[in-house]
Amino acid sequence: MAKLKDMLVKRESWSDLIMGNYAVARAMIDTGTRVITTFPGSPTPEIAAALDSVDRDKRDYYFEYSTNEKVALEVAAGASLNGHLSTVFFKSVGLNVASDSLIQLALMELIGGMVIILGDDPGANSSQNEQDNRWFARMSYIPMLEPANPQEAYDMYREAVRLSKERRIPIFLRMTTHVCHAREVVKFNGIETGAPDWTPGFDAANGPYVPIVSAVFPLKRKALAKLADFEELGNECKLNEALAPNGSKPVDGKRLGVISSALVAMSVLENLEETRASVDLLKLGITYPLPRKMIVEFLADRDEVLVLEELDSVLENEIKAAAWDAGVDCKILSRKDREDFMGELGPRRTMKILSDVWPSIFDAPAEIVPSKEISPRLPQMCPGCGHRSAFHAIRKALEDDTITVADIGCHSLGFMPPYNMGEVLFSMGHGLSTASGLSIGNDTRKVLTFIGDSTLIHAGLPGIVNAANHDHNITLVLMDNGTTAMTGHQPRFGSGEVGDKIPFVPLLEALGVKFIRETDTYKQATLTQHIRDANAHKGFAMVIARHPCMLKFTRKQRKDMPDLKMPNVRVDQEKCERIYECVAEFGCPSFQKNEDGSVTVSEELCIGDGSCLQTCPAQALWRPKPGGGK
Amino acid sequence: MSSFNIYMCGVGGQGIGMLAEVLSRACLDAGHKIMGCDTHGLAQRGGIVVSHLRIGVEARTPRVPDGNANLVIALERLEALRAADAMLANSGTVIYYDTIYQPIHVRMGKTSYPEADALEEKVKTRGGKVERVQLDGIEDPRMQNVALLGRLAATGVVEGVSAQIIEQALRDALPAKALGANLAVFEQAAEKIDQQ
Repeated sequence: MAKLKDMLVKRESWSDLIMGNYAVARAMIDTGTRVITTFPGSPTPEIAAALDSVDRDKRDYYFEYSTNEKVALEVAAGASLNGHLSTVFFKSVGLNVASDSLIQLALMELIGGMVIILGDDPGANSSQNEQDNRWFARMSYIPMLEPANPQEAYDMYREAVRLSKERRIPIFLRMTTHVCHAREVVKFNGIETGAPDWTPGFDAANGPYVPIVSAVFPLKRKALAKLADFEELGNECKLNEALAPNGSKPVDGKRLGVISSALVAMSVLENLEETRASVDLLKLGITYPLPRKMIVEFLADRDEVLVLEELDSVLENEIKAAAWDAGVDCKILSRKDREDFMGELGPRRTMKILSDVWPSIFDAPAEIVPSKEISPRLPQMCPGCGHRSAFHAIRKALEDDTITVADIGCHSLGFMPPYNMGEVLFSMGHGLSTASGLSIGNDTRKVLTFIGDSTLIHAGLPGIVNAANHDHNITLVLMDNGTTAMTGHQPRFGSGEVGDKIPFVPLLEALGVKFIRETDTYKQATLTQHIRDANAHKGFAMVIARHPCMLKFTRKQRKDMPDLKMPNVRVDQEKCERIYECVAEFGCPSFQKNEDGSVTVSEELCIGDGSCLQTCPAQALWRPKPGGGK
Repeated sequence: MSSFNIYMCGVGGQGIGMLAEVLSRACLDAGHKIMGCDTHGLAQRGGIVVSHLRIGVEARTPRVPDGNANLVIALERLEALRAADAMLANSGTVIYYDTIYQPIHVRMGKTSYPEADALEEKVKTRGGKVERVQLDGIEDPRMQNVALLGRLAATGVVEGVSAQIIEQALRDALPAKALGANLAVFEQAAEKIDQQ
């Protein structure tokens, strides 16, 4: 079977079963996008994996993992100022990080064109919130396109490129989680562009590019004019489409319609096709600026129209305002139940909303209440994970009233049982500064917090300079697994995978950190002592708790040494006193507690790392030496 | 006429991606229009992993709606039960590999792990049927997904997706050196059904 990396750069047209993220990666290549940047985050990391898989000598584009989303956005914007078509992509909350420069972009003439792909996450499948980034389009005057499936993602990216280059404006392509990850057969065009022209085309005469006082209003005036112009385009554009799946016939004497967008519109369409209800659908592909003329016409032809959208009432508010201005005689309906402002609206939930609004036409789906008797299954750290050893060791050094602050990364999972460590979480890199605040005026309760090695580079450094130089009385544990594990092992700055190695200790010392201890986390007793010492230190203290990500390590090991088999850990049933430290405190998923009370090790899960051996008070855990013997 | 919905589930690391890929390709080869999606992110860390596959032009969204799975394919017993409870449609089929991955709540003694009978009972209330798969002598547990494909091939639950089509999809997807062992598991699981 052809490899994805080869298909992505195939010059001829092709089609295949593919996920939305891969489809937009191909769109970037076949439109001649020259500079592509990102910071990894679900639901978009597969776009990066696809682009990064292509052999370097076959790339007509420059691709980089940037240190954070703001940096990524600025690199892409700079390239566009030089005349190179660029794209930046990241997850929903990444836009918060990038927003400082994002806000300026629509004021500038981006001569190369620029597309910003947002991986929004309704349902918070893999994010700390489900923020509705449609608001950011409004705040930044940047048009937004919203695809409903992989084919539309591909097509809309291409349309975004065309419009962006033609108008020298940035354009958002907002893809929600299950558009990014949906798979269907997508038809791709051939590659239309020739070899890249890297001539630096920057010219200040295309500006002004410096929004000082006298330039602010002319720049804003131009941005508003471009936006108004884009709305005109939207009124005629096929991306906004009125559908009548069952024919536009009145129901009980009323003409009915729904206005929706993206995947929610597809849920509505699925329901309409299934029920054969004669309700029309205005499916918006451009969700900012709204095509108000088209919307008003749709409303004017109907007696009742339901605005059905996911998350906030963004479309609803603007559609109602447009209807008021136009004096349209149409009853505009919307979601009422507060629960419907949360999570994804799939076909079932959409059907429920339809039945709330038009009970004579739609039947509410039977409610499904999952049984409470079925045990939950929480995500957890992998067998052999260095973070597990770290949490197990750190816990032994803490007082009962110690305040622990979490940060973003695999180690966020420490807040769950059995570790229960990391009791507050805002955003990437927040931990040490939030901890700083918790320490102020606090002479009684120690504050301990965590940061990952990727996050340290992403957003940790300003907080460290702050805490070190104000000498806030906290302990910061750097959970260093040498990679960006949570999002799929993207290269991490400073590890040597991108540019030079950055040794953390001299870096931290140069930033003003005076107390630093470090150890491999498998040396649990050493780590416990380091934490005790750090907590006893009055002022800012750091402990580097280091162990390579074992998921990455064992994958590489299997590839490099396919015949190597590390012997699994065993439980000596004679010695086992059924204390259950391994099962319930250390909590490696390899340990299985049997009905007779005995503990055994799962052959399927154990990787033979042996980090558990030291945790058994009865010393009942052992591991045969490779090749046999105790 | 509505779509035929397949809900696949298991625990992170069990190889559900390959299962979904092979089955999707097999459905395409059988001439079906399909739409589907995998869950990503936190689920990889020993949590629940899910893949959805919807067959038919009626499916315009990628996820199987709750209570609408005509077929559940589960790589683990507890996850089979969870899917039978919330996802299975009336008269649907559950094909599962009977292996046990205890979640932390069970290991800490806060909840109990279900007996195989609990699954049979649950599916009976939906008027459906259960295919339990457990083969002796699978050397690599990562081949349990192929065992499920073998049993699926034998049951013929998915219209047009014959044993030959699934086997060909397996041949296309697997590297040459892994093919032999996997095909042996596939055939062993397919034959087993006749003996029950």
